[in-house]
Amino acid sequence: MENLTKYYGKQKGIENVTLDVKEGEIFGFIGPNGAGKSTTIRTLLGLIFPTSGKAEIFGKDCIQHGHEIRSQIGYLPAEVFYYEKMKVKDLLKYSASFYKGDFTERINELAQLMELDLNRKIEDLSYGNKKKVGIVQGLLHRPKLVFLDEPTSGLDPLMQKKFFQLIRKENQKGVTVFFSSHILSEVQYLCHRVAIIKDGSIIKTEAIEDLQKESYKKVHLKGENLAYEEYQHLNITNFQRDHYNGVQFLYRGQIRELLSAIEHTRIDDIIIENPTLEEIFLHYYE
Amino acid sequence: MNKRRDGKMTVFLFELKTYRWSLLWWAVGIIALQFIMMIFYPSMAQDAETIDLIIKHYPEELLRAFGMSEQASLATVFGYYTFIFTFAQLLLSIQSAYYGFNFLSTEESNYTADFLYTKPLNRSRIIVEKQFAILCILVITAMVTALSGLSAIELFRDGRPYEAGNYWVLMGTIPVFQVFFFSIGMVVSACTKKLKSVIGFALGVAFFFYIINGMRGIIGGDLLGYLTPYYHFEVAYILEEGMIPWNRGMISIFVILLCHGMTYFYYPRKNLPTV
Repeated sequence: MENLTKYYGKQKGIENVTLDVKEGEIFGFIGPNGAGKSTTIRTLLGLIFPTSGKAEIFGKDCIQHGHEIRSQIGYLPAEVFYYEKMKVKDLLKYSASFYKGDFTERINELAQLMELDLNRKIEDLSYGNKKKVGIVQGLLHRPKLVFLDEPTSGLDPLMQKKFFQLIRKENQKGVTVFFSSHILSEVQYLCHRVAIIKDGSIIKTEAIEDLQKESYKKVHLKGENLAYEEYQHLNITNFQRDHYNGVQFLYRGQIRELLSAIEHTRIDDIIIENPTLEEIFLHYYE
Repeated sequence: MNKRRDGKMTVFLFELKTYRWSLLWWAVGIIALQFIMMIFYPSMAQDAETIDLIIKHYPEELLRAFGMSEQASLATVFGYYTFIFTFAQLLLSIQSAYYGFNFLSTEESNYTADFLYTKPLNRSRIIVEKQFAILCILVITAMVTALSGLSAIELFRDGRPYEAGNYWVLMGTIPVFQVFFFSIGMVVSACTKKLKSVIGFALGVAFFFYIINGMRGIIGGDLLGYLTPYYHFEVAYILEEGMIPWNRGMISIFVILLCHGMTYFYYPRKNLPTV
């Protein structure tokens, strides 16, 4: 993806999004609702067309060679809608008929794994069950690249776990996964690298490990009359007071510097820990 | 590197299946219309003189509006059938326009577009397959119309003569007439966002062109007639002369081509709406 930009009339969808997803990785794409996650995915799939910039998948242009590329792509949309009057079985068969090969066994396998009843009508399914249809539908043709747009919404925790296992297994077989979500813990759990998107622009792309490592520390201090001024010369963000005479903040830099700064203040207790992705994330959204 | 087995008309077959019940009901409607109206023909023809006399007493404008002043007496087979076929045309135009307005918008308003257009087919291919399915449905409807009309005529004409050749010329115009209404709907469904109340639009368009033809009858002259396919393929003229007035018919064909051109240009570039 290079400088991919999409405007809806004057309203900005995404702007200068540049990303490089490597073959075989699980790539997280994280941001709040309306940040441009779906817009990016829908552009890559050729459902909408970029205002400027370009995107390639498997080395081919997404617009020009869209239909060739799509034979190797699976897509689970954020909102799943299918032909209501059809049976699950028939819908999956119809979906499979667009690809070369016989996928009956694979459909049965996936349906069994996701505990999906193939004989029910789409219109009778709950939201979670429709989502399962979407999952099977997106994976049944053994795509090389899978786009998952907020895949876990509507799935119960047990099913989510099964789903994550399934995605991991597919990934181990060499499938590249593009995983969009606004829930950090699941991205943290599943993905190798992550891109953070805000207001249509990418803020940061980083390996999950680095993002957590990046020498950010979460510091809790306890003591009487702790003031922001005492620490402001340090590289700190997200400074907060809690109810128990304490303060907490995110610190970035050498731990020694932090300790020597704290030495001279009147503290009763100290906790230094690795921040969760959630906290790092909030930091970017400040 | 098209991974898909070519000639595996996936969308075509799916669409054909989708429309089968709709086809059945329209066919039943058209068959019923023609037979029920034709039942009254024998008694009508017997009292021909009386009826023609009554009709003569109606205001001239009213008769023109229904295209009845231009046609032969209701006592003749074609005179009476013209009257029936205009209603059949009205049904056919509603059906075709309905399919047209539904054509691309139904996938969008039911949000199944995400499913269909992420499949490894380009959009033009999908449109072609969908159109082909509709065309089949329309041609079958046309054949049902032609055969049921013929059966009804044969059953109730009581040996009164008619020119079978002319009948088939008229029937030959049905598909063009249908595709005209379908195309109008199609181009609208391609260019709008999430079209709702499809049936309202279909009825509107069908009656609009029907009423224009009625007004042409009242006012006279060709000018209004050029706007409406009811006049491009004027029933009374074709049954009388046994040929299609191509100078008008071409207008329908031109409109059809224009609508198709616009759809094929616009739809492959359209940003598909999401929820």
